[in-house]
Amino acid sequence: MNVALFVTCLADHYFADAAADTVRLLRHLGCTVTFPDAQTCCGQPAYNAGRNAEALRMARHTADVFADAEAVVVPSGSCATMVKKFYADLMREPARRSGPAASRGNNRGTHATALPERTWELGEFIVHRLGVKELGDGLVGRRVAIHQGCHALRELRLESEPAVLLEGAGAEVVPWEAQDECCGFGGLFSVKMSAVSAAMADRKLDTLPPVDWVVSGDGGCILHLDGRSRARRLGTEFVHLATALWRGISRGAGTSDDGRLADSAPASAGRRGNATATS
Amino acid sequence: MRTRIGEYPARAAAAIREAPEVRESVTGATLAFDRKRRHAYSGVNADRWRRWAEAVKNHALTHLDDHLTEAEERLEANGAHVHWAADAAEARRIVTAIASDHSVATVVKGKSMLTEEIDLNPALEDAGVEVLETDLGEYILQLLDEPPSHILGPAIHKSLHEVRDLFADRLGAEPGSDPDALAEAARRVLRDAFIHADMGITGGNFLVAETGTVALIENEGNIRLTTSLPRVHIALVGIEKLLPRMTDLAGFLQLTARAATGQPIGCFVSLIQGPASRPGDDGPEEVHVILVDNGRTDVLAHPHAWEALRCLRCGACLNACPVYRQTGGHAYGYVYSGPIGSVLDPGLLGLHEAMPLPFASSLCGACFDACPVRIPIPELLLEWRREAQEQGLTPWKERAALAGLATVATRPGLYRLAGKIGSRLGGTGAARALPMLGNWARERALPQPSRHTFRELWREGIE
Repeated sequence: MNVALFVTCLADHYFADAAADTVRLLRHLGCTVTFPDAQTCCGQPAYNAGRNAEALRMARHTADVFADAEAVVVPSGSCATMVKKFYADLMREPARRSGPAASRGNNRGTHATALPERTWELGEFIVHRLGVKELGDGLVGRRVAIHQGCHALRELRLESEPAVLLEGAGAEVVPWEAQDECCGFGGLFSVKMSAVSAAMADRKLDTLPPVDWVVSGDGGCILHLDGRSRARRLGTEFVHLATALWRGISRGAGTSDDGRLADSAPASAGRRGNATATS
Repeated sequence: MRTRIGEYPARAAAAIREAPEVRESVTGATLAFDRKRRHAYSGVNADRWRRWAEAVKNHALTHLDDHLTEAEERLEANGAHVHWAADAAEARRIVTAIASDHSVATVVKGKSMLTEEIDLNPALEDAGVEVLETDLGEYILQLLDEPPSHILGPAIHKSLHEVRDLFADRLGAEPGSDPDALAEAARRVLRDAFIHADMGITGGNFLVAETGTVALIENEGNIRLTTSLPRVHIALVGIEKLLPRMTDLAGFLQLTARAATGQPIGCFVSLIQGPASRPGDDGPEEVHVILVDNGRTDVLAHPHAWEALRCLRCGACLNACPVYRQTGGHAYGYVYSGPIGSVLDPGLLGLHEAMPLPFASSLCGACFDACPVRIPIPELLLEWRREAQEQGLTPWKERAALAGLATVATRPGLYRLAGKIGSRLGGTGAARALPMLGNWARERALPQPSRHTFRELWREGIE
């Protein structure tokens, strides 16, 4: 299966290793991965701020970039939601909001209307498109808590997918009182309403059970929770879903002595709390 | 009503910093309400109920003119007086005039957000009328001279020990009383007031057009007494509270209680159609129903915001909201707080007055899942944000930053260059100088950019 990776601007710059693990994971599952180089940002920051004209420009750009892709995989529930759900809203009434720009390029709308159906959040793609739920036993003994981003959870209704995959790799998913609650990121919200946003992160962090990793499919949530956790010196380790699954696979395949894996394994991780963002 | 909405970011931050006990009380209470609501939804086909309720409310709202006049005719046929109040001032005038006509010295009140919205109590007090709130939560707040912080549980920001101290101080309750004893202490005051009050004032959960029935849901029995003991009863009802038929009410009573408190139905449901039919019968001698607009027809005319008028005032969205949970309602600066306030207040008060509430949300969507009438709150928040942008109500730096993002993100070469520079600067102190990241860094460690962008890793080849 040919897959075009939409890495997202956030993962490109802050979760490059998780994005690389996404590529490794998809290849391991038999996909041929391409990376259309002209891709940029999905436009969600503008959309969430109410700047539809700007969001529409970015949506059209993204639709052009992935016009020929058979399947587009996004290692972010939030950005996947932008493409899968909000692009349709944006494209529906371009004349109303976007001003002069709306009059040109209307023919490109066909790409855009098709793109949502061809776009998948990473966990969704593995479970529902590839039909894979068993990923070996590489994460046996690993206790994890899951933070599913709100867009994946309540817009895409991807409720069980991360747990299915992590358990499918042998991990123990530990129940978390505030599991389904928003972490308080919300993009612009975390900047405009910074104190409330940080308090929301605290509610998540203060109810977290003892685990090896907090796993999330959304870099934005990790950035926020990890930022708060490091400011409070809690030492919690946040791991992107792609990285967690790839660690399991590479260990399960007998490559646990592999330098890359050993380097990022929690026991030896010197950079507590940010292992996925650096290294 | 004068609002303090504009101070939301500062007051929210102050509440979190200075009143951790409020955050604790509100978090505990809303999580408990939300758990009960989920359980109550799971016991029925909640999705179907909600879709049905949405459709009935939409019908009522799009046929408001017919149903309002129908309700008026039925109420008058039942012997009730019907008044129309275009705004808060007119509503206050009508109430104080009725009080004056009947030489009313004391009023008992049931909990009503609409009376908070129109600032009724100060107007009555100015007219020399003594007003007593009889809902236990409202009574606590009246003693403290505080506004309600939650649509349904007005005093949920108060802890048990605060109420203990208050009642010991003001009502002579035993120090360390349990909740039952505290309720008993309040009851002694309130029972006496019910018996001697000249007039009762309530809101209305629903107004059934077909029969001219004001329906009131409660758990404490205070509304039953407020509507039946005094010789005059006034019900203030927002014009959006209409239901077309009595059969609709059966569904809405159950859905509202499930959404609000997780109960199958409220402990008391009072159906008010008019005064006592014969002298000596139970019930007031006069019933007045005041139909209040106060901005609602403007909301109805709005292409998107009208959906917020379906609101049942159940508070389910507040209970589900992780933003509301951190501060309670006072930080919002207006009677309607939380998710529904953030979409309703811009319609009722004007967007300018309600800024920045449309931005006081992470758009997590929990409110929509809880809402019994499926108000698309996240979509409406976005819609108000768009209008705020169009009207230039947002900071210019933010607008410039997003315009810049769009410019860069539609030019891949420029985007790659900006990304490379950003990555080099992102983790350094220079990032704190950026207007957005400065705020972020006050409460969080700065995000660390990857040493190499994914693009660079991809070019090198991923093994």
